[in-house]
Amino acid sequence: MRRGKTKERLFQVFLYGIMVLIGVITLYPFLNVLAISFNDALDTVKGGIYLWPRVFTWNNYREVFTYPNLVIGFNMSLLRTITGTVLGLISTAMVAYVISCREFIACRLVSALFILTMYVSGGLIPEFMLVRKLGLMNNFWVYILPGLISGWNVFVIRAYMDTLPESLTESAKLDGANELTIFFRIIFPLCKPILATIALFIAVGQWNSWFDTYIYCSGNRALTTLQYEMMRILQDVTSATTSSIYGMNEYNAPRTSPESIQAAITIVVTLPILFVYPFLQKYFVKGLTLGALKS
Amino acid sequence: MRPAKGSTQPLIYSMPDPAAPTWGRKIMRQIYQQRYLFLMVLPFVVWVIIFKYIPIWGWTMAFQDYKPHLSFAEQTWVGWKYFVELFHDRQFYLVLRNTIAMSLLSLLCGYTFPIMFAILLNEIGRRYFRQIIQTISYLPHFVSWVVVAGIFTKLLAIGGPVNQLLLALGLTDKPILFMAKGEYFWGIVTIADLWKELGWNSIIFLAAIMGIDGNLYEAAQMDGAGRFRQIWHITLPGIRPVVFIMLIMSIGNLINIGFEKQFLLQNNMVKDYSEVLDLYALTYGIRVARYAYGTAVGIFKSAVSIVLLFLANFIIRRFNDDRAVL
Repeated sequence: MRRGKTKERLFQVFLYGIMVLIGVITLYPFLNVLAISFNDALDTVKGGIYLWPRVFTWNNYREVFTYPNLVIGFNMSLLRTITGTVLGLISTAMVAYVISCREFIACRLVSALFILTMYVSGGLIPEFMLVRKLGLMNNFWVYILPGLISGWNVFVIRAYMDTLPESLTESAKLDGANELTIFFRIIFPLCKPILATIALFIAVGQWNSWFDTYIYCSGNRALTTLQYEMMRILQDVTSATTSSIYGMNEYNAPRTSPESIQAAITIVVTLPILFVYPFLQKYFVKGLTLGALKS
Repeated sequence: MRPAKGSTQPLIYSMPDPAAPTWGRKIMRQIYQQRYLFLMVLPFVVWVIIFKYIPIWGWTMAFQDYKPHLSFAEQTWVGWKYFVELFHDRQFYLVLRNTIAMSLLSLLCGYTFPIMFAILLNEIGRRYFRQIIQTISYLPHFVSWVVVAGIFTKLLAIGGPVNQLLLALGLTDKPILFMAKGEYFWGIVTIADLWKELGWNSIIFLAAIMGIDGNLYEAAQMDGAGRFRQIWHITLPGIRPVVFIMLIMSIGNLINIGFEKQFLLQNNMVKDYSEVLDLYALTYGIRVARYAYGTAVGIFKSAVSIVLLFLANFIIRRFNDDRAVL
C-alpha cells in the first residue's frame, strides 16, 4: 500500500512536470517574439532578450505600418479572409444541405462528385494551368475561387445536419416553404455550432495562406498579403543569396532591422487568431470529433 | 406552423399518383418538385467540375509535348516519354528519398506522441489545469507555417536559445549551425511539425478516450488494477478503432506531406535534403516551364498515394479480422 502511494506521487510529479514543460515549450517562442517586437532593434542585436523587452519601443510596429507593402498586405489579408469565409461558408453549407436531403434524386451523384475530390486532385501544375487559362492570374478571385469548398468540410457539416430532427423541415414543407427558404431560415441557424467551427477553419486558412500569392499574384503589388510579405522577409533573413532574388532588402530602415520587423509582423498576424480561437474551442473540438468519427 | 407529432412516423408529403404516370414523366415531375435543390447545387457542381475535375483532365498533359498556346487537338502525343525521363533522372530519386524519409518520420512522431499526450491529458485530475494545457497546445496549429518557420529559424540560430542551452549544459563547445547542415533538416522539419500539431492531433484521441465507459475503470480499480494497468488494458484497447482509422488515413496521405514547411525552412545549403516531390514539380513544372514533366511528377504522386491507401486499408482489415477471430 505504502509503495503504491509513492509510485502514484511520482507519477503525478512526472505528469504535471511534462505538461508544464509542453506548455512552456509551446508558449515561450511566442512570448520571446512578443518581447523582441517591443524591444529596440539595435539593442535586440546584442541578444539576451527573453520574456521582457529591455529597451521598450513602439518603433517596430510604427515601422510595420509605414511600409506600403505591409499596409496593402494587411488590408488584402483582411479582405480575402472576410470574403473567403462568408462565401466559402455559405457554399459549403448549401452543398451539405442539398446532399443531406435523402429524397433528392441527384443526391448520390453530387455526393460522389465531392467525395472523390477528397482523394484525388489534379496537382500543382494542372491547377496552375487552369488558373492561367481562366485569367485568374494576378486577380483577387484566385484567393477565393479555387479553394471555395473543401469536400471534408461538406461532410462534417452534413454529419451535423443528419443529427437534426427531420420533423423540423417536414412541417415547414407542409406550410409550403421551398428548400431555399428552409435552408436559410431553419437549417442555417440550427447549425450554428458546426458552422462557427468551419468558419474558423476557413478563416484561419485564408489568413495564413501565402503560397497562392507567391505563385499567382506576385506580379501585382496591390494583391500582396501579409503572410507573403512576411515570407519574403523570412527568406531574406535565412537565405544567404537573398539580394539576388529580390534585389535590395527594402526592409532595412535605420530605425529597425528585418528581425525586429519580422517579430512585429508575427505578433500582428498571430494576435487576431489568439483572440478568436479560445472562444470557439469547445465548438471545434466537438465539430472535429463528430466529423472524424462519422467518416 | 403545424406542430410535428412524434418523430417515429415521418410525414409523407408526396403521395404516389394513383393514375401511375410513365417513368419518364415521373422523373420530370420529381425534378420539377426538387427544382430548388437543383438550383441550389447547380453553381457548385459547375464549380467542382471546373476547379477539381478539369485539373484531373489536365493529367493528359503529361502524355503530350504540351504547348500552352495550342488547343487540345493540336498537341502531339508522346506516350510515356516524360515518365521514362522522370525515372532516369537522378535528382528524382534524391527527392523521392527525402519525401519518404520526412513522411515516415512525421508519421512516426506525429502519430505516437499525440496518442501519448492524449492519454496523459486524460490522467490529469484538475480540470482547469487540463483545459489550460489543452488551449495552449492547440495554439500553434492556428499559426501559419511562415510564422513557425520564422520562430524555428530564430530558435536554432547560432546565438539562439537552443545553442545557448547546449553550450550551458556543456553538450557542445561551439554553436551548431543547425540550419546549414543537411543532416539536421529532416529532424528539424519533424520537430517543427510535432511542435505545431501535437495538441491538435491529440483532440481526436482524447475524444475517443472520453468516450470509454467509466464503469470499466471503476471495475478495474475494484480488482486492484493500478494506473498503468488501466491505461494498458482499458484506455488503449478503447481507442483502438480510432487509432486504426487515423492510421489508414495517414498512410494514404504518406506521400502528400506538402511542401510548405520544406519550402520555408530550406536554404541553398540543405537543398539535397529538403527538396520534396511537390517542390521538384514546382521547380520543373512552373519555373522552367516544363509543364508536361511537372504534371508527370504529380501523377506519380497521386498513383502512389492511392496504392498506399488501398494497401493500408487491406492490411488493417486483415489484421483486424485476425484479432477478431482470436
